[in-house]
Amino acid sequence: MSTHAVVAEGLAAGYDGAPVLEDVSFAADPGRSVCVLGPNGGGKTTLFRALLGELEPVAGRIELSGRPAYMAQTERTRLDFPVSALDVALMGTLARGRWWLPPRRAERAAARAALDRVGLTDQAGTPFGELSGGQRQRALLARALVQEARVLLLDEPLSGVDPASAALIDRVFAELRGEDRTLLVSSHDVESARAFDLVLCLHGRQVAFGPPGKVLDRATLESTYGRELIVLDEAGPARAVTVQHHDHGHEPEER
Amino acid sequence: MSGIELRAMLELVLAGGFCGALGFWVVSERLAYGAESLSHGLLPGLVLAGLADAPLLLGAAGGAVVAAALIALAARDPRAGTDTGTAVAVTGLVGLGSLLALAPDAPQRLEELLFGDPLGVTTGDLIAAAVLLAAGGGALAALHRSLVASSFDAAGAAALGLRPTLVRFALLGLMAAAIAVAVQGLGALLVLAVLVAPAVAVRGHARTPAAAMLGGGALAGAAGIAGIQLSSLAGTAAGASVALVLCAAAAGGAALRLRV
Repeated sequence: MSTHAVVAEGLAAGYDGAPVLEDVSFAADPGRSVCVLGPNGGGKTTLFRALLGELEPVAGRIELSGRPAYMAQTERTRLDFPVSALDVALMGTLARGRWWLPPRRAERAAARAALDRVGLTDQAGTPFGELSGGQRQRALLARALVQEARVLLLDEPLSGVDPASAALIDRVFAELRGEDRTLLVSSHDVESARAFDLVLCLHGRQVAFGPPGKVLDRATLESTYGRELIVLDEAGPARAVTVQHHDHGHEPEER
Repeated sequence: MSGIELRAMLELVLAGGFCGALGFWVVSERLAYGAESLSHGLLPGLVLAGLADAPLLLGAAGGAVVAAALIALAARDPRAGTDTGTAVAVTGLVGLGSLLALAPDAPQRLEELLFGDPLGVTTGDLIAAAVLLAAGGGALAALHRSLVASSFDAAGAAALGLRPTLVRFALLGLMAAAIAVAVQGLGALLVLAVLVAPAVAVRGHARTPAAAMLGGGALAGAAGIAGIQLSSLAGTAAGASVALVLCAAAAGGAALRLRV
């Protein structure tokens, strides 16, 4: 095992044996944050599914420091399902096994502590579907925190989130990096990628990987997004936004 | 109240208690059409058991297995689509069951198999219902956290190390067992009422899956008792009376939710 928290070497992954993502090679050390950029269908979710072990690599290999925690998009959850914010956080304890037994007192305490950390102490008993969009994201983050994983995969955690929730989530991310946790965060937001330690650009294959100062140039972003890219400042280095086509459907999103 | 009616009530409280609780998952996982298909499709098994003078439970279980296999096979044809394939398979099985039941040698009356006869339950039926409640209830309790996590967010559950597909298979197995036992009292056509109606009645009012399951089980048992009493007072068919009470409860529960 290397000292890296996450390693992918020559990774290819896809569905029914047909790769939709190829030639991915990157590594991230403990405490580093990686922004995974790419258009819809670019391979972000496929990469996460491969890292989670849901998809067997078609080629290459993956090395991870333990089972990663995963924070899904709220669009993939059921808002009509009768669970509270505390119930959602408690689901994180299932990663420790013992799925056939009720949660122990210590596990309940860990779930409450995670809710406290994301600022949802007072909403612990509120039905998930009655929380605001930002609060739902925070409840899902609490579920990921409860797993105490060394690597966290976060699927567009700031998408559609109010500024207060975004600031709180950013603060928790900073704390996690301070605890030597490694964060892989998928995003559409080119500008927010500058705040990460590393950026991985995907478009069916790896376009670029490295520090944002080196990766986020105009040529790389055009290769990553193609016609979805809108350059805001033609004279500047690479100020740009992407045209977002949110796919609220379910897997396989990346086909 | 006669001993026969008390036995019928006991059967409906035992089997209904489990079916009403399981119904929350049947409705949540959108399996009502599958449950209906399975309950109708096992009719040939019931009739064959009647012809062979074998326990109806055995026929129902065998019929459920054959129906599930045929439905799965028919639903795989992409040209027709899942719903169409299922409909053709189920209609064929109901036709076959009716044909067998209407044969001159058939001892069991067709309407009892279709609409049930809770007043005719045997000691064996009561034991089967008690075993279903105990074993099925234990399985539901053990699967509870996995079912909650998988239903809420299948991708997230898989990331936690659960296997949502296996959890769903376990749920389908419990559903088949519930139908095979409850069909004794309510018949192939009405058994769906005890699986779906209690869940529809309580789902919008429960704040947790456990509350919805307990409420559904209690409502199904109460509807069973009320249905048998209604049948006794009005002189109506027992199985149909129970099914009507269950559906009235579902309509009432849904209407209350709309008002809230």
